[in-house]
Amino acid sequence: MKRHLVSTADLTRDDALLILDTTEEMAQISTRAVKKLPTLRGRTVVNLFFEDSTRTRTSFEVAEKRLSADVINFSAKGSSVSKGESLKDTALTLQAMGADAVVIRHSASGAPKRLADSDWLHGSVVNAGDGTHEHPTQALLDAFTMRRHLNPGRGKDLAGRRITIVGDVLHSRVARSNVHLLHTLGAQVTLVAPPTLMPFGVDSWPCETSYDLDAALPKSDAVMMLRVQRERMNAAFFPTQREYSRRYGLDLGRAAVLPDHAIVMHPGPMVRGMEIASEIADSARSTIVEQVANGVSVRMAVLYLLLGGSEPAITTAASPTEEHTK
Amino acid sequence: MTSYLIRNARILGGEPQDLRLKDGVIAEIGTGLAADGETVVEAEGLIALPGLVDLHTHLREPGREDAETVLTGTRAAAKGGFTAVHAMANTFPVADTAGVVEQVWRLGRESGYCDVQPVGAVTVGLEGKQLAELGAMADSAAAVRVFSDDGKCVDDAVIMRRALEYVKAFGGVVAQHAQEPRLTEGAQMNEGTVSGELGLAGWPAVAEESIIARDVLLAAHVGSRLHVCHVSTAGSVEIIRWAKSKGWDVTAEVTPHHLLLTDELVRSYDPVYKVNPPLRTEADVLALREALADGTIDAVATDHAPHPSEDKDCEWAAAAMGMVGLETALPVVQQTMVDTGLMSWAEVAERMSFRPAAIGRLAGQGRPVSVDEPANLVLVDPAYRGAVNPDAFATRSRNTPYRGRELPGRVVATFLRGRATVLDGELV
Repeated sequence: MKRHLVSTADLTRDDALLILDTTEEMAQISTRAVKKLPTLRGRTVVNLFFEDSTRTRTSFEVAEKRLSADVINFSAKGSSVSKGESLKDTALTLQAMGADAVVIRHSASGAPKRLADSDWLHGSVVNAGDGTHEHPTQALLDAFTMRRHLNPGRGKDLAGRRITIVGDVLHSRVARSNVHLLHTLGAQVTLVAPPTLMPFGVDSWPCETSYDLDAALPKSDAVMMLRVQRERMNAAFFPTQREYSRRYGLDLGRAAVLPDHAIVMHPGPMVRGMEIASEIADSARSTIVEQVANGVSVRMAVLYLLLGGSEPAITTAASPTEEHTK
Repeated sequence: MTSYLIRNARILGGEPQDLRLKDGVIAEIGTGLAADGETVVEAEGLIALPGLVDLHTHLREPGREDAETVLTGTRAAAKGGFTAVHAMANTFPVADTAGVVEQVWRLGRESGYCDVQPVGAVTVGLEGKQLAELGAMADSAAAVRVFSDDGKCVDDAVIMRRALEYVKAFGGVVAQHAQEPRLTEGAQMNEGTVSGELGLAGWPAVAEESIIARDVLLAAHVGSRLHVCHVSTAGSVEIIRWAKSKGWDVTAEVTPHHLLLTDELVRSYDPVYKVNPPLRTEADVLALREALADGTIDAVATDHAPHPSEDKDCEWAAAAMGMVGLETALPVVQQTMVDTGLMSWAEVAERMSFRPAAIGRLAGQGRPVSVDEPANLVLVDPAYRGAVNPDAFATRSRNTPYRGRELPGRVVATFLRGRATVLDGELV
């Protein structure tokens, strides 16, 4: 494993499978009465959030605590950051305090890479979402969820599975991370969006694109609906919320043409009635709540592998607890 | 005043000759000239060019002396082989009055390293609403001829039309920063495949090209002179080529960085590559080189834009746009245009001295290297190869995209009206 997780484009197939297999181990921990490993005891992990995200921060925090790390939440609100302190000075401060890993969420694309490439701090950097660039742990939890449903088992990838990602691809860090990772895992990805919400140059991405959701759905093994912010219509990306829903929302009629085994995913937070109908979000094929649970396991696996350094990963042991209490 | 005898310099890349500089002019050119008390400069293997003229720098004074002053900026200019630079108007306060342009002009005179020709703002405060007192700036001691809201586009078509018309009264030119503002709101880099992947808001080529297309038509309509700043796209080149084919009085400049660097570098998210207009694609770079070689683009201009380190030592979106360029301009032009065989040294003199001086209506600059002409000269060692070391820069700022990059060519000496400002590559 590399020292940082900044982009899913940096992950080889072996890296990705190691994370997914390790996630399976971590998921077992979460089913126990005592959901805790001593693995990161004495290590300090900072959740550095320049942008509000209670869901992601909480998920990381639970993961860190289950690994027994010392957790510091450093949010822009109420800290020196809101008084104009720079990313550099914040990083130098965290370095001086001995952070072993920094989980960073930032509204500026590239901020985690900047942090990882700088000499401002020496710990591992985990990208928890940067601007409209990437959100690697979200893509990993999505891939983990897909594998469990579509090709379960250790060492398995997503070869030949057809994944349709629908919505505001232009502004979506989730879509970018998913395209890289799913391609690495062998899946066939189709991005569906109105032309205004498709990124410039998307033709060069390792995926298909379409403006027609109805054509894509019958051949999808999984369909992932992205959040669409209502304010986008103020910048003329689409005329009205209702028009968007009619053309690109997943309603009952559209869900009916999905193959029986197909799952419906959403990275949250979702806008019910906009990109997805409530009946679909709450249906049996929806994995939305499961994704949240898997998010904790994936983040445990990532932190474990990044901070484990040269120690062997827990790929062979049936119980991670045993190995690490020796 | 010290006199100089320069021995065996290849004037504009020609055969070696000697030049005697005396009383501020080139007194004699020939072979085997005997020293008559002059300081001898051995220039074996060096190219002699007319002192370079830059149509586009930001010297930051008054207002941002933490980034650059007229003194540090002109020292950097001298080290880069320049004997005249235009200083853009986006200072604090804005150079939109006779008072401010005269201040900048006077600071340049006091520096002694390089002539400073202030550019006047087109509109008050660069706001694009009301014409600044262009005539007062033209009539001032600074004798302003180039007017620009650079940094901002004169996007209102009526204001642009009026400015183009108005400056005809005193032989002025409007230098347009072509950037359609609505198409570039929040723009961070060239809009292309790289911006899509990086999730950075795009600055599309059409935002530049649509303004240039409008402006060449306006200039033709009112019969005035238009200069296009920092042309960066292949499409812009096509429009300018078409306008010139019509015989319209349109000139254009390109920066060294747009001749060499592409938006692929932005993948590092290192703000040292953040600049406006943004780095474009390989196809754009090649089109710009071709256009500079064939004269569609008239001049190389640095857009030297110093920034303090904290404005680059941050995340991409928070960083300032711009690069320093005075001390690396000639090496980049040698690498991209001369060493590639696209241009001769005589053409370098044309694009970096004669034409920019003519566009700026500068007297005594951009003159031929011949007897009785002002002794504004630069000696270049084209065989030199070395890594760029920003710590040795004379500019106050270090925001160069070339740190550690090997570039050819070195300015060995610069003479401003017969006085050496640089000798042996060091400031005098």
